[in-house]
Amino acid sequence: MSSQQAREISIANELDESLNPSEQAYVAPQWKLMYWKFRKHRMAVVSLFILILFYIGAAFCEFIAPYDPEAFSTNFVAAPPTRIHFFDDHGTFRGPFVYGYKRERDPETLRPLYTEDKALIYPIGFFVRGSEYKMWGLFNTNIHLFGIGAKPDEQGVFLLGADRLGRDLFSRIIYGSRISLSIGLVGVFLSLILGIILGGISGYYGGFVDNIIQRIIEFIRSIPSIPLWMGLSAALPANWPVVRVYFAITVILSLISWTGLARVVRGRFLALREEDFVLAARLVGSSEMRVILRHMVPSFLSYIIASLTLSIPGVILAETGLSFLGLGLRAPAISWGVLLQEAQNLRSVALAPWVLLPGVAVVTSILAFNFLGDGLRDAADPYSR
Amino acid sequence: MAKYILKRILYMIPTLFVISIISFAIIQLPPGDFLTSYVATLRQQGEDIDATAIKALEEQYGLNQPIYVQYGKWMRNILLYGDFGLSFEWRRPVKDLIWERIGLTVFISLLTILVTWIISIPAAVYVATHQYSFLDYLISFISFVGLGTPGFLIALVYLWIMLSVFGVNAAGLFSEQYINAPWNWDKIVDMMSRIWAPVLILALDNTAGIIRTVRANLLDELNKPYVETARAKGLKERILIWKYPVRVALNPFFSTVGWTLAALVSGETLVAVVLNIQTSGPLLLRALTSQDMYLAGAFVLLLSALTVLGTLISDILLAIADPRIRLEG
Repeated sequence: MSSQQAREISIANELDESLNPSEQAYVAPQWKLMYWKFRKHRMAVVSLFILILFYIGAAFCEFIAPYDPEAFSTNFVAAPPTRIHFFDDHGTFRGPFVYGYKRERDPETLRPLYTEDKALIYPIGFFVRGSEYKMWGLFNTNIHLFGIGAKPDEQGVFLLGADRLGRDLFSRIIYGSRISLSIGLVGVFLSLILGIILGGISGYYGGFVDNIIQRIIEFIRSIPSIPLWMGLSAALPANWPVVRVYFAITVILSLISWTGLARVVRGRFLALREEDFVLAARLVGSSEMRVILRHMVPSFLSYIIASLTLSIPGVILAETGLSFLGLGLRAPAISWGVLLQEAQNLRSVALAPWVLLPGVAVVTSILAFNFLGDGLRDAADPYSR
Repeated sequence: MAKYILKRILYMIPTLFVISIISFAIIQLPPGDFLTSYVATLRQQGEDIDATAIKALEEQYGLNQPIYVQYGKWMRNILLYGDFGLSFEWRRPVKDLIWERIGLTVFISLLTILVTWIISIPAAVYVATHQYSFLDYLISFISFVGLGTPGFLIALVYLWIMLSVFGVNAAGLFSEQYINAPWNWDKIVDMMSRIWAPVLILALDNTAGIIRTVRANLLDELNKPYVETARAKGLKERILIWKYPVRVALNPFFSTVGWTLAALVSGETLVAVVLNIQTSGPLLLRALTSQDMYLAGAFVLLLSALTVLGTLISDILLAIADPRIRLEG
């Protein structure tokens, strides 16, 4: 780099800084405009952080969950969420700790009642040793993010309570997020491929082919999806391994959800074809490939990402609904829908209302994706007001 | 107009054809055919079924023939005799089982659409004309929650609250004493006193989306010059808003009514399972889990066909309301 160029760049930088905010908008690159616009959508930013947290939880679920999701203990059947204390009875600060449970039975209904035994104090530790697991199939370890170090049969820390087999619900929800959150991404990725190919063909060739594809899309959208999904997933053999069922379900779900994406791609293609900058690029002699990749794709990529985000909730919901009915993933697999199956029985809800909590996880992630998608859609077109 | 309707009806034929193929595929997908499972169930229960009876059934449904012949027979029986095959779990013709359920499904769906409109359109108009007011935020918040919460979860929470607070089991459409009673006035009153819960739960699911779209459309319309002109001419605000911008803002919403119907039938399936309502959903689920395939296939076929029919009707209504559609289509 010559000194001449370096000086020019430094002048340009100074110029950038000397501009007041409204003038900066004239020289900012597109991604920066998008970033500014996205940042303005408060809920979208919050949602983004929530989702990042959720996905970190899903990625490191073995480490974050204090217990093995299948570990059960008859001592803690339907135990309520454990209260975390900082001060003991005498008002002395002891750091986070939990009291031991005293278990009784209601003499009439025989349902277990748990009270806190103030004599037993279990301090909560971080990076404690617990049950052994294999992290990402790479190495064995037994370190968990938090726990009380006591034997699981003796006392546990149940942040969100325990189910009717005495399994820790928090651990199960964290493990369940791995399937529930990834099925959204994988399903949407599959529908993205279908959507881009078919929507692209539809928008690019137009005419007869376009007509046929549009009719197909209209047709698919007019079928009630849940009965169709139910029919298709009920046909999956019951003895298939979890992984194969998982992929079969995602394929079934994306068979319908691609239609929305295909519409967006087609619409963008049609609109951009007529834009002045595309015409200009053609006139200066850019090849077809270059026009598409260098000029058209960057300007509709952001739309695609936004509508991708908006179609993830549908897939998550569909999986949850199907698994809830017992037609999607089944018991040894853990997903939020499978966990909610527990709530299908009204008696177990009455006994332990916290079995509804996986539903809160579902709703939170769906709302977060919706807000994030809203923010991304606004940001996708930073030049509009 | 007649030409447009004719065209739409012609479009429907290939759609219905594909739907029938998919439904038939659902019948065929599980390993084995329904007759083998039927015979197996009978044997299990210690009943014997003689070879000639099996032969006769095989003949009737063409089970020993190639797939397309079976499909042809299935379709012919449906179209000519209204015969959807036999439910081996209930040992009754599928036709009888379905008619018991479809009526209630259609009734609840139509009621839900009505309630959805009654709630969402005034709400959307209020929200758009009172932007940034307290109710605007409240309604927007509720509709966001409605958008993110699947109906069956709301149904679960509703059941739990009714049980834990009021000690009532709110599942089912009838109080205990009416479940097996014949239809009479008291039974209808009892049903109407319970039907609001599923209808409201289903309506909330759809209301959210409608409020959001109509609000956005209406906000766009309200800034247009013709509104200003009408106002300058001294038209009363209420008449002005309802007569012009609202009508324009509702157009894109009417054009998706067909999809609303499909979504409604889907959502209804899950909510009905949770609330134990005797619509088609729970029976379809049961048919699928027990591999009662003729029943399941017939349900998918009929529900889809009804939705397509509903879409056709809404398209025609839309064409009457908005002449531009006829020119485009």
